[in-house]
Amino acid sequence: MKNLEMVTIIVNDRPVTAPVEAHESLLDFLRNKAGAVEVKCGCNQGDCGTCTVLFQGKAAKSCLILALQAQGKEVRTIKGFSGDFLMEQLQESFVRNGAIQCGFCTPGMLISSYAFLQATPQPAREEIRNAISGNLCRCTGYKKIIDAVEEVALKRTGKQQDKQTTPSSFSEGQEEAKGNYLLLGGG
Amino acid sequence: MELKVIGKGVPKYDAWGKARGEVIYADDFSMPGMLYGKVFRSSLPRAKILSIDTSKAENLPGVHAVITHKDVPKNNLRARFGQGTEIGAQFEGLYRVLAEGEVRYYGEPVALIAAETPEIAEKACELIEVQYEPLPGVFDPLEAMQPGAPQVGEKENNIASHFKIRKGDVEKGFAQADVIVEGFYQVGYQDHAYLELESGVAWVDDDGTIVIRVSSQVIEHFREVAEVLDLPHSRVRYIGTLIGGGFGGKEDITVESYLALLAWKTRRPVKLTYTRKESLLVHSKRHPYYMYYKTGATKDGKITAVHAKLISDAGSYAALSPWVLLYSTVDAIGPYNVENVKVDAYTVMTNTPITSAFRGFGAPQVNLAYESQMNELAKKLGMNPMELRRKNYLKQGDSLATGYVYDRPVPLDLLAQKAWEALGPKRTSSKPQVKIGRGLAVGMCSYGRLTFLHDTSRSYVRLELDGSALIRCGVPDVGGGQGHILAQIVSEELGVPLNLIKIHVTDSQLTPLAGTTTATRQLYMSGNATLKACRELRQRMFRKAAQMLLTNEEDLEVGEGKVYLKSDPTRYIALVPLINRMSADGDELYVEAQFNAPFSDVPAKEIIEGRTFPDFTFGAYGVEVEVDEETGKVELKRVVAAFDVGRALNPILVEGQIEGGAVQGAGYALMEDMVIKDGIIQTPSLQEYLIPTSMDVPDVESILIESGTGLGPYGAKGIGEPPIVGIAPAILNAIDDAVGVRITSLPVTSEKILMELKASKEGNKAA
Repeated sequence: MKNLEMVTIIVNDRPVTAPVEAHESLLDFLRNKAGAVEVKCGCNQGDCGTCTVLFQGKAAKSCLILALQAQGKEVRTIKGFSGDFLMEQLQESFVRNGAIQCGFCTPGMLISSYAFLQATPQPAREEIRNAISGNLCRCTGYKKIIDAVEEVALKRTGKQQDKQTTPSSFSEGQEEAKGNYLLLGGG
Repeated sequence: MELKVIGKGVPKYDAWGKARGEVIYADDFSMPGMLYGKVFRSSLPRAKILSIDTSKAENLPGVHAVITHKDVPKNNLRARFGQGTEIGAQFEGLYRVLAEGEVRYYGEPVALIAAETPEIAEKACELIEVQYEPLPGVFDPLEAMQPGAPQVGEKENNIASHFKIRKGDVEKGFAQADVIVEGFYQVGYQDHAYLELESGVAWVDDDGTIVIRVSSQVIEHFREVAEVLDLPHSRVRYIGTLIGGGFGGKEDITVESYLALLAWKTRRPVKLTYTRKESLLVHSKRHPYYMYYKTGATKDGKITAVHAKLISDAGSYAALSPWVLLYSTVDAIGPYNVENVKVDAYTVMTNTPITSAFRGFGAPQVNLAYESQMNELAKKLGMNPMELRRKNYLKQGDSLATGYVYDRPVPLDLLAQKAWEALGPKRTSSKPQVKIGRGLAVGMCSYGRLTFLHDTSRSYVRLELDGSALIRCGVPDVGGGQGHILAQIVSEELGVPLNLIKIHVTDSQLTPLAGTTTATRQLYMSGNATLKACRELRQRMFRKAAQMLLTNEEDLEVGEGKVYLKSDPTRYIALVPLINRMSADGDELYVEAQFNAPFSDVPAKEIIEGRTFPDFTFGAYGVEVEVDEETGKVELKRVVAAFDVGRALNPILVEGQIEGGAVQGAGYALMEDMVIKDGIIQTPSLQEYLIPTSMDVPDVESILIESGTGLGPYGAKGIGEPPIVGIAPAILNAIDDAVGVRITSLPVTSEKILMELKASKEGNKAA
């Protein structure tokens, strides 16, 4: 028989409890147990970044995290940002700048950009380029994605005192988020 | 006429859903009672199958079906790629669903499994026992052409197709030349590396129809799948999903036949999604080519003759190799006016993965060769490369290599100048070992399918009583705005605001069949079909409005939700009362229209003559590179692309195609190295097969020239594929400019640069 263990992971503020096997990744859990199919699988080994989520407030590739490691932890997918001003700005900017073609990299790309802008409110263009380098895109050539992120960054620095309506549940993580990317294992 | 919606860079209809993570791609979809499919694949590149024992796999609890070739109603189809009429043997291929008798390539599908979980399906694969007798394979097209080479396919020799161009007299042309350059060029595989893996879910509907919800560029494959199952075409239905990247890699059937067979046998829904490793190992790739070129010119730079020999690796099944080869043959000399041309092109089968469609479809390979030749020729003549090109550009009224007289403007001189000037003054390098170089290359790429395929598309447009509109058009949407642009056309023509237009794409039984999202054809074909439907509807609207406004139809215009008088815009009728009046009077509020491309005859012989394509898109690239002479590293610093797009119906979408195509082409030129050894790919992950990240490429600068001379709606040309043509040779020409070495194979690696630098230094010493 399979060795199953129950885990509870907080997905978009809701606890999800399900039995998992030791080898199951957070990505498997999100797609197959939590119904979070907005988290995409492009390679399942940390090379493409499509499965990027916010994990404890930091951008992380969910295929490189074991579900068991995520016990009790907070995960936010692209569907978990309702009412979040920064994410809505980013989404609107991606849409308007033509940063979305096939859209398969988009959820991960948006989350990487979001985590980056939180940690680096006034980035240079080259810093944005570096920040999204863990997320592959095969359609756009990246320019319009960088344009979209840069536009939001410039808007934000124009009115820096604006209060972010970030959900409080992961505000703690943001303060710690120094790097733009939480590296786990390879990739 | 002033355009109100066309020409605006408005966001496409699918962008918000994608930004919010709401799009249900192929693998995101599940059904109650769904099983998981898995493909069991060959472990040898060529072998006789002595026996297949699936009994252990079948007895594994949780396994619902194991299928081998014996279970496939029609395992071998003479694939004519959507053509119902005769097209000649040289354009046909064998579509074999599961290996039988012999395996031809490593990873060829041998058996299919459906099980309750992916893990059980995986486990069942391990329990299938196949006894093979290994056979010697042939892995290189040059070897495969030799007499006595192992026979890969069903034909006696391995040459799948051979096409020729014979224009003028090349012997005479070379005799007139003052200088002649020759070169060998070689390009390897390129993988599409779309981020969405091949995937779908199939089930048998309550009326016995097989429904396949799949990520595919061609929903018309329902016909082939029906034939595989020996069912009427009407019993197989494709529901196309929004596609997570295609680039030609989802043009051939991927998972659909397997899904249909498994669903049919188990009577349960089945999902099948490839792994990245599986995708990189076995799905179709861009063709490797060997190319020999000889170009002659007079001392004042007029090209007198081109002789080209092209050999492409067709892989183990022909797939679209003959068609790709035909494109290469027609495009072999590029957009130049040359009186004497001889081309011999072969596509040759080997025991390697299938090669087939990939953005550019045979154009990028030859482009690399002819644009390298142009710079070599310029060097030998002591002439500026741009000046040499200028003397030879194809012009309106000149004939192509096939003899077809091109009757549209060719603004290549303008495009090349724009791209070059945008690079600005040349920088100087801050490090002595780092050299800066610049390169130019131009290119041509057809849009629309081969004219002898008699291409057609259909679109349906309907007005709603509340002034909104509905489009149904079976156009697979790979993300380039293939669906969206139809809404812009409807908005322009009928005055319906964009946010009130709903479009249904890709259901082979419910949306009018619009043909493939390939060959840069959807804007041209389905755009024109939609335009035609709109014009008919608009005429009906104007007829009614003229009665209501007591004017004549010629004085009417539509826009912003109303029909008004050109002569007095204050007199108008809003769309809602107009449509309701039409409805009450029994006027039809819908049109389904068909657009036909120009037709020509199927080439009757190997020599290709006359019209082969509806039209071409022309473009130019100017690039700047830095080459480190100590490490051999090449960095792409600037890319400027100038294209005549005819008309940019949505400039943001057009730029998106150019930027994306440029970067995919830059990856082809500098990074993407698919290593294959004895028929087995050695780089089956995205850490081994590297595609460009945001750090590997600069911002691509796009210059859109709008000649208005395209065959698409409002004079648009196609722009999906063309941007991948031109960038690779521009990079090679820039490397030559920087360090004086001519790289002749892709991808350019540091090793190649260092070896060439060493060879050139030694050559200088010897001299």
